[in-house]
Amino acid sequence: MPDRQYYRSLHRSMAFTVVLVSLMPLALITLIGGYQYTEIYKGRVMAHLEEIVHKHEQNIDTYLLEKVGEIRVLADNMGVDCFLDEGKLENLHKSLMKRHGGGFVDLGLVNSYGIQVAYSGPFRLGLADYSQSVWFREVQKRTVYVSDVFLGLRGVPHFIIAVQFESEGKKWVLRTTIDFVAFNQLVENIHIGRTGLAFIINRRGEFQTKPRIDLSAEVPFLRELLQKATTDAREEGSFALKKARDMVVSTIAPNPLTGRETIFLSTPLKQGDWLLVYQQDSADAFSDLAQTRNLALVVLLIGVIAITFVAFYLSKRMVKRIIAADKEKEMMNEQVIEAGRLASLGELAAGIAHEINNPVAIMVEEAGWVQDLLAEGIDKNGNTDETKRALTQIRTQGARCREITHKLLSFARMIDPTTMELQLNELVEEIIGLSNQRTKYANVQVETELARDLPTIAASPSEMQQVLLNLVNNAVDAMEKEGGTLTITTKRDKDDVLMTVADTGCGIPRANMQRLFDPFFTTKPVGKGTGLGLSIIYGIVNKMKGEISVNSAVDVGTAFTVRIPSAAKTGVPSDENAEERG
Amino acid sequence: MRMRTLLIDDEQDFAWAVARRLAKRGVEVALAFDGKSGLEKLADEPFDVVVLDIRMPGMSGLEVLPRIKENHPLIEVVLLTAHASMESARAGMRLGAFDYLLKPCDFDTLLGKIREAARRKMKQEQRIQQAHSRRDDIAAGGENS
Repeated sequence: MPDRQYYRSLHRSMAFTVVLVSLMPLALITLIGGYQYTEIYKGRVMAHLEEIVHKHEQNIDTYLLEKVGEIRVLADNMGVDCFLDEGKLENLHKSLMKRHGGGFVDLGLVNSYGIQVAYSGPFRLGLADYSQSVWFREVQKRTVYVSDVFLGLRGVPHFIIAVQFESEGKKWVLRTTIDFVAFNQLVENIHIGRTGLAFIINRRGEFQTKPRIDLSAEVPFLRELLQKATTDAREEGSFALKKARDMVVSTIAPNPLTGRETIFLSTPLKQGDWLLVYQQDSADAFSDLAQTRNLALVVLLIGVIAITFVAFYLSKRMVKRIIAADKEKEMMNEQVIEAGRLASLGELAAGIAHEINNPVAIMVEEAGWVQDLLAEGIDKNGNTDETKRALTQIRTQGARCREITHKLLSFARMIDPTTMELQLNELVEEIIGLSNQRTKYANVQVETELARDLPTIAASPSEMQQVLLNLVNNAVDAMEKEGGTLTITTKRDKDDVLMTVADTGCGIPRANMQRLFDPFFTTKPVGKGTGLGLSIIYGIVNKMKGEISVNSAVDVGTAFTVRIPSAAKTGVPSDENAEERG
Repeated sequence: MRMRTLLIDDEQDFAWAVARRLAKRGVEVALAFDGKSGLEKLADEPFDVVVLDIRMPGMSGLEVLPRIKENHPLIEVVLLTAHASMESARAGMRLGAFDYLLKPCDFDTLLGKIREAARRKMKQEQRIQQAHSRRDDIAAGGENS
């Protein structure tokens, strides 16, 4: 009977297997699906953000180009005289203001020395000297220049668009100030989620638009970003600046300001002078993703709990069933062995009865004969001698009966379930004697090859008898039709005793080999065989830590080999104690 | 009434003891100690009844019985069987045995069975004889007309 420990470990391993097998695919699906979904979703979000940034970059570039274009149109067509005339300049300015909203704050004409010779606008700047201004120097180099945002002479944040043109051999610069507020709105409108915001910085990391929140702490990081963007741009070739689509650089990095992971998208503006930066917390941008992930995790958790619970519950129930089945089997086995024992004893009894029948029949007939003679008259010719002969015969047959009953008695004495040291050879002789009658009538010749130096074995005599009797009975059954030879061999194999019971009978078909030792498996007709013999033998041999093997070929014969450890190897309990005492 | 009986039994002492007592009661008895020699004896001499032991080494009674019935259909067979093999006794009856007796059997019963069997055989023979003569009569009558 397997102990509690065994069932507990069975329960554990069963539950564990179920949990593992069920959770594996679940976990794999969740992980792989989740990863794929995350990647795709992030890609989508990033693409969407890039698209937005790209659109705005185009808008801003268009805005700037538009403003530059308008100024250039003025510069090309109006002629320097028109600008020099303050009245005309003011008209132009007003017209620009009217048609383009509040974009153009003022309009001024600067000569080649940097002196503003004409001006129209709200600041009344008069003859301001711009010769030292950055924009003035730059415009002389580049013809067209859009300045960074700066406070300028007036202390108001603005940026300047300056266009250089030539008139009558002289170089002039037409400049206009663009309202910072109007421009700022273009960028400020990019406002996604809770934390998504956009701004523009210049090469030096100065903010060109006013972010919704103070980002000054981010500046060093942004500079780095800027550096990277411009190097990337340079790597791709400076002429590739306008390949805007490729130029949206995205980075996901911890934000130095908030410490949270943040998405940064940047794209160069104004031919690389400025950088449009869009930033948003990853958590914010991917908030839907986080929700989905949480949902998946909750489902997974519920699944894990449910599976674990079911696995443990089911395996517990299963183990309970197994325990019950094992108990039943145990009881069954005992019954089976008992039934088999009775069956083989019954067979033996039938054989013995038969053996006794013959001498009894002779005695009855001889006694009858003597009666006949007596009725005829004892003194009649030869009747006395005949009576003597008959009486001798009766004595002979009586002795034969006594021999048989003695054999039976010695056999019965050995019906003892306790294990003791016994010599297998003796048992073999005994069984052959008992089976004499059966073998004779089945035309079976019995041959024995018994090793003289056979060690004793530790076994229960009654059980060993059962083993031998069943094997011999089976062998005789197999040869019943045509007769044959039964060979019983014993020999020593190191510390084991090998016994082979071989017949030259019908053999066992391959199909039956596997079920040979199964209880109730029999090929005999109903009522003839119990199908228990070999299963009982198997049980007994197993109990003795022995082995039983079979070798069979159809129509050639079958040989059962039993290997039993010798008494010296297993040790007979009583002997060991005796040795210890001695 | 002549009762030529063949006793086939492997147990020689038993066969002799029975034979002696049968002979004393006017039964003509021959002995055979195995199936094969029994069949040989049957081929050599005419018999009315065969007493056949089922359990014999070599050819068993159940193997001998069909051969007897095949070659000598009129001979009646009384089977001797052990308690343990009622099944074989039934099989013997199916094969056409006259009756069966359990061994060791009461001698008078055996004698009675042998007599019954012999009588039946005689009746059968007479019936066949009558049938033959009737056919002969019909054949003769046909010729006459």
